[in-house]
Amino acid sequence: MESLSNRKKVLEQKPMTFWERMYLPSIMKGLAITFRHMFVKKETIFYPEQKRPVSENWRGLHSLKRDEHGRERCTACGLCALACPAEAITMTAAERQKGEENLYREEKYAAVYEINMLRCIFCGLCEEACPKEAIYLDGPVVSADYLRKDFIYGKDKLVEAPLKS
Amino acid sequence: MESAFLIEKLVLAVVIFAISLGVAAYSTLAERKIAAFLQGRVGPHRAGPHGMLQPLADGGKMFFKEEIIPAESNAFLFIMGPSLALLTALIGSAVIPWGQTMKIGDLNIDLQVADINVGILYVFGVVSLGVYGIMIGGWSSNNKFSLMGAIRAASQNISYEIAMGLSLIALLMVSGSLSLRDIAEQQHGFWSDGWFSWYVFKQPLGFLLFLICAFAECNRTPFDLPESENELVAGYHTEYSGFKLGAFLFAEYINMFVSSAVMATLFWGGYNYPGMDWVHEILGASLAPLVGFVVLLIKIFCFIFFFMWIRWTIPRFRYDQLMNLGWKVLIPLAITNIVLTGIWITVKDNLL
Repeated sequence: MESLSNRKKVLEQKPMTFWERMYLPSIMKGLAITFRHMFVKKETIFYPEQKRPVSENWRGLHSLKRDEHGRERCTACGLCALACPAEAITMTAAERQKGEENLYREEKYAAVYEINMLRCIFCGLCEEACPKEAIYLDGPVVSADYLRKDFIYGKDKLVEAPLKS
Repeated sequence: MESAFLIEKLVLAVVIFAISLGVAAYSTLAERKIAAFLQGRVGPHRAGPHGMLQPLADGGKMFFKEEIIPAESNAFLFIMGPSLALLTALIGSAVIPWGQTMKIGDLNIDLQVADINVGILYVFGVVSLGVYGIMIGGWSSNNKFSLMGAIRAASQNISYEIAMGLSLIALLMVSGSLSLRDIAEQQHGFWSDGWFSWYVFKQPLGFLLFLICAFAECNRTPFDLPESENELVAGYHTEYSGFKLGAFLFAEYINMFVSSAVMATLFWGGYNYPGMDWVHEILGASLAPLVGFVVLLIKIFCFIFFFMWIRWTIPRFRYDQLMNLGWKVLIPLAITNIVLTGIWITVKDNLL
């Protein structure tokens, strides 16, 4: 059959020579190759002392951001909880009192804000849904723990540290 | 029987037992580290400095796992399988000469538990018994895949035993004695009578055949079809867990240790090394045999490294290729070896 484009390469199936049939010389060559591997630089990364570099679109632990005055941005509107496909976010709203203007941006804030890290799939839909730019997934990999209840992260673990401003 | 003799042999047996178990335990760590280095990564690293306490962790894991005995299986045989495998693996180390005779005061201590004059035959007998452990393990699991693995293991084992025996007949023709102590004594030093004294230089083809058969007897890659993880779902040790599985895996490493020791003694001079007479003069007859013992251990470790190096380099044989190799290639080669050795000995004795 004529070939349409001259790209095919016919493989030559020569019968094996005596040395090839012995297999011992090729075994020796294989052994030399693996032996040389012992002296190359190892690829292992020693987590947690070293960490792998992450990409720009990395999605890790959530963090509730503050604005430039140090006030919490989150207003407990519930859009992130609605958007979450795994139903991992729960929150309880509360009203801002008289002396708390420097703590929260608007009159409504989240008194209790919990994310169940075992249910979260780190899809980032909560980050996309938030109208106040309050939640971002820019933290590290969530570390391991022993009990299920310890994986429900509250505001103490999620809100970022107060700014010095 | 004098009590001194009994105590001496008992102490020796316990020491060799402890050494076998220790070397087998650290072989598990060595396997993982060497596999890692050959693949460009670092092996177990966290348990102790550089992973040195990993065998402790592995042993602990084996102890603490749940012991499951399948409901339809024969419980007695289920427990006998790994026990037999471990037993036959350990008793093979009884006839290996670990060093020359030590003279402490006026006591002559033979560094060998049993110096019988049919040493090699004993080793063969023990190796043949090793098949029982695998067969019983596979049968009693009541699982068709385990049975397949056990059948393949048994047929592979007995096929390669024949070639192993034949390859040693040529060695016997050269050495004239079955006793391992005599064979080790005949390889004294490094150079004698105008040629190297170690038998690997007098019987290179015999050594190659014995090496290949040792790989097959220990069920090591490239002959590890019986326990191939991705073909037979772990073969004959599918249904085992906890200590019984640990016994099977341990028995494989102890088998490797004993095979390496036998190969080192038969072909690579055992406890002999170049310059041993000079060391003997300096250290005297009570410390010099210990140097020989250390040299033998170094040779054994080199063999164990070679076992692992080959495992992580060469792909597995298919079953028919394995049988083909055992019956149609190795046995004719072994017989040719015998014939050539016979011709060489006759020529050397009569004409030269």
